[in-house]
Amino acid sequence: MSGGAQPLPGTGALAVATRRLRRHPAALAGLALLALVLLPVLAAPLLSLPDPALTDPARRMLPPLAIGHLLGTDHLGRDLLARLLWGARTSIAVGALATLTAAAVGSVLGLAAAWGGRRLDGLLMRGVDVLMAFPYLLLALAIVAALGPGLANAMLAIAVANVPFFARAVRGTVLDIRHCDYIAAARLAGHGEPRIVLREVLPNLAPTLLLLMTTTLGWMVLETAGLSFLGLGAQPPAADLGSMLGEGREFLTTYPLVAVLPGLLILLLVVSINLLGDGLRDVLDPRWSPRRSFSAPAPADARLQSQLEGGASLLAVQDLGVRFAGAAGPVPAVAGVSFRLNAGECVAVVGESGCGKTLTALSLLGLLPEGASQVGSVRLAGRELMALDGAALRDLRGRRIAYVPQEPLTALDPLFRVGVQMDETLRAHGAGPAYTAAELIRMVGLDGVPGLMRRYPHEFSGGQRQRVAIALALAHGPDLLIADEATTALDVTVQREILALLRRLCDEQARALLFVSHDLALVAELCERVLVMYAGRIVEDAPAAALLHRPAHPYSAALLGATPELGRPDKPLAVLAGEPPAPGERVDGCRFAPRCPRAQRECRAVEPALDALGEHRLVRCLFPIQEAS
Amino acid sequence: MSEPLLALEAVSKTYGGGYRLWPFGHRAGFTAVAGVDLVIESGAAVGLVGESGSGKTTLARIAAGLLPASAGGLRWCGRALMQLSRAERAEYRRGVQYIFQNPMTALNPHRRVGAALDDTLQGLTRMDRARRRARIEEIGAQTGVGAALLGRFPHQLSGGQAQRVAIARALLGAPRLVILDEPVSALDVSLQAQILNLLADLRARHGLAYLFISHDLAVMERLCEQIHVMQAGRIVESGPRDVLLRRPEAPYTRRLLAAVPRIG
Ligand SMILES: Nc1ncnc2c1ncn2[C@@H]1O[C@H](COP(=O)(O)OP(=O)(O)OP(=O)(O)O)[C@@H](O)[C@H]1O
Ligand code: SF4
Ligand SMILES: [Mg+2]
Repeated sequence: MSGGAQPLPGTGALAVATRRLRRHPAALAGLALLALVLLPVLAAPLLSLPDPALTDPARRMLPPLAIGHLLGTDHLGRDLLARLLWGARTSIAVGALATLTAAAVGSVLGLAAAWGGRRLDGLLMRGVDVLMAFPYLLLALAIVAALGPGLANAMLAIAVANVPFFARAVRGTVLDIRHCDYIAAARLAGHGEPRIVLREVLPNLAPTLLLLMTTTLGWMVLETAGLSFLGLGAQPPAADLGSMLGEGREFLTTYPLVAVLPGLLILLLVVSINLLGDGLRDVLDPRWSPRRSFSAPAPADARLQSQLEGGASLLAVQDLGVRFAGAAGPVPAVAGVSFRLNAGECVAVVGESGCGKTLTALSLLGLLPEGASQVGSVRLAGRELMALDGAALRDLRGRRIAYVPQEPLTALDPLFRVGVQMDETLRAHGAGPAYTAAELIRMVGLDGVPGLMRRYPHEFSGGQRQRVAIALALAHGPDLLIADEATTALDVTVQREILALLRRLCDEQARALLFVSHDLALVAELCERVLVMYAGRIVEDAPAAALLHRPAHPYSAALLGATPELGRPDKPLAVLAGEPPAPGERVDGCRFAPRCPRAQRECRAVEPALDALGEHRLVRCLFPIQEAS
Repeated sequence: MSEPLLALEAVSKTYGGGYRLWPFGHRAGFTAVAGVDLVIESGAAVGLVGESGSGKTTLARIAAGLLPASAGGLRWCGRALMQLSRAERAEYRRGVQYIFQNPMTALNPHRRVGAALDDTLQGLTRMDRARRRARIEEIGAQTGVGAALLGRFPHQLSGGQAQRVAIARALLGAPRLVILDEPVSALDVSLQAQILNLLADLRARHGLAYLFISHDLAVMERLCEQIHVMQAGRIVESGPRDVLLRRPEAPYTRRLLAAVPRIG
């Protein structure tokens, strides 16, 4: 590798996953339980246990704690503890081997299907479909019946029965990866297919595969036990947990321990592995967050309270703050954000990336990323959202507040046709949707696209995809629409249409719109008011026209100066030197001071408050640009 | 040299289509690009603007050799791609690079920036380790990809940093044509200004030709001398920047200009 720089500490995928695992109680419980079971099982050869196959008819069915037999003996006088531990070893080994085999074969098939072109894909996937059409256990049984009973054959049968599952999952993931631009970039670098698969695809496939294997392992152990229970797996004198259970069944009334103990051990194993697997799935999913961490709202003073309740505001945000857990205490990423939004009003949030626009938008939905917590008050139609629990919030989202994301691909599942996703959204929330699918499609101007409902998300152009995402957001006729850079990827004519659509939706249905964007010219056309954010704070809150023609905050002016204008190709683009301070970075006084062309000594002393400037404007600056200049 | 650097001749692209087994028959495809001719002279900056789904990206990918055309073909320095010798093909491969709209998905999430840049150089050139390292440093200095960024993974980059890495990667093999597919539309205004200035600088310094795709006419006006307007898979109007933007002829071009949000 070139360059001598060291990686940032603790930000690698593994470190993040470990940190998140520690905060997942179910996964931790699974891990602890598994360790508890595995430890004696793995240590079995060291424990100087009696030979598990040694029969001793004189010492049959001894109760637990008998001398020399901690858990007693079975119907043939064999030591139960030894049989359990050795049996568990067999079960786990067979399950693991079956998982590995199924994963290996399934991966090769899935990879070939996804990479080998449409014809090979069709052929392989039809084959997989045929296998999947059989009930799963039936398939395994048929294979054992054909090959004859025995552990090896049972292992093979289970592996084969699971191959379709792996093949499908791997194919889906690889198709996803295949459409990523870094694959095209590797082609541009002149690399051949084998190297692209090896270097670009496999590393990105690995986490998914690992996850699939962990979540399947538990079931494979259970299936092995099942086949052995039916007498198709382990043949005496060899024993696994399943065959022990099968043998013990005959003595269920006279001496239940012989059957209960292996049953219990199977249960423990499967439950702990599955808990761990499910936990891993969450931990590796970047969208998962340990807890919806809402702190209690800060008590707003009485005057403000009545103002908030009395006004006609649809949305009232007061002193909203978003904090991340940091090594040295909470790091504020958004602080002291207050604004109101009336029904039918469109308000824009602008600012450089990293200034907290998206966090502000997400916190209104209670959808903060992992490790973030929020303070302050968010009221929708007088109802305090910060006091709601997860279920109530989930119900609110989509129904009363809807979100149109920056990247439509994050709102759309690449593996499902658009029609399927549309149906699913329309059916959510129990109550009937506000519109039918056909109405929604017409509303966003997608009628006339042939075969729309049967297409997959990647078969649309960027603009079409965003329209689909907007249609999904509108399904339940929300009161408040939050659009995060929703038209950034669209060409101007479509953008104009979508803006007109959003505007119409606001005017006709008295719907409010919070429009996050970095395009000032665009914002001026759509919105009545603009909130300019810098380093997590609102620095200017002004009517759109006033902001564009007479920006008061130096930062607003800088943003305007960096915007290219049609008809002025020689306008020098004033690049704002440097970057906004990172959350938690110490800046004395005004947080814009290090980059501000108007900064004076006073600016470094104390952070300015968001004060009124004239009648309709709020500015956080000691030396705002005055009307005259 | 009088031959154009890259010429697209009657290029068409149809997605889907072909025969299928069940139900048996011919399936009509979707024609994304229909018989487009486009000439890029050495050192020229050519803009391609058009509505969503008009086939700009498809055309650009064909020009970069990332996608086979269904009909028509490319000429590199006057010679049809088919007739190029091995060495000439390698030169075409190195000579045309691409910068993607979304800088984040253009970088392999599991490779550090330095390793990714090194991979590209290994693919494009026969340089040894030391020379590759020097080259990465040289281009990195021009594109603002310092040593601190080289050790990072893509998710540790901001959007602007990631796009600078993508630009650095495209320049490593000393290309003659860089295809830019909406290179700044995912960036905020201040980063956009930074990247636009950088692109103008780099073009002057290396004598690059650009094929610049954008839906932002203001951005295009700054960077391109020649503009083509695309609609429904065809080029509906072409012309020098000033003529096309001041006196648009095609109805679609007029609509496009009318739709541009203006600060004034
Ligand atoms: N794999 C595919 N299968 C079917 N149709 C496709 C596929 N890829 C693209 N298309 C279609 O081809 C047309 C052109 O797509 P392309 O991505 O080139 O548009 P674009 O002009 O770049 O649009 P945007 O500005 O939104 O990115 C679109 O109508 C799209 O739906
Ligand atoms: S307070 Fe001072 S430093 Fe801050 S924006 Fe105003 S003039 Fe600039
Ligand atoms: Mg495109």
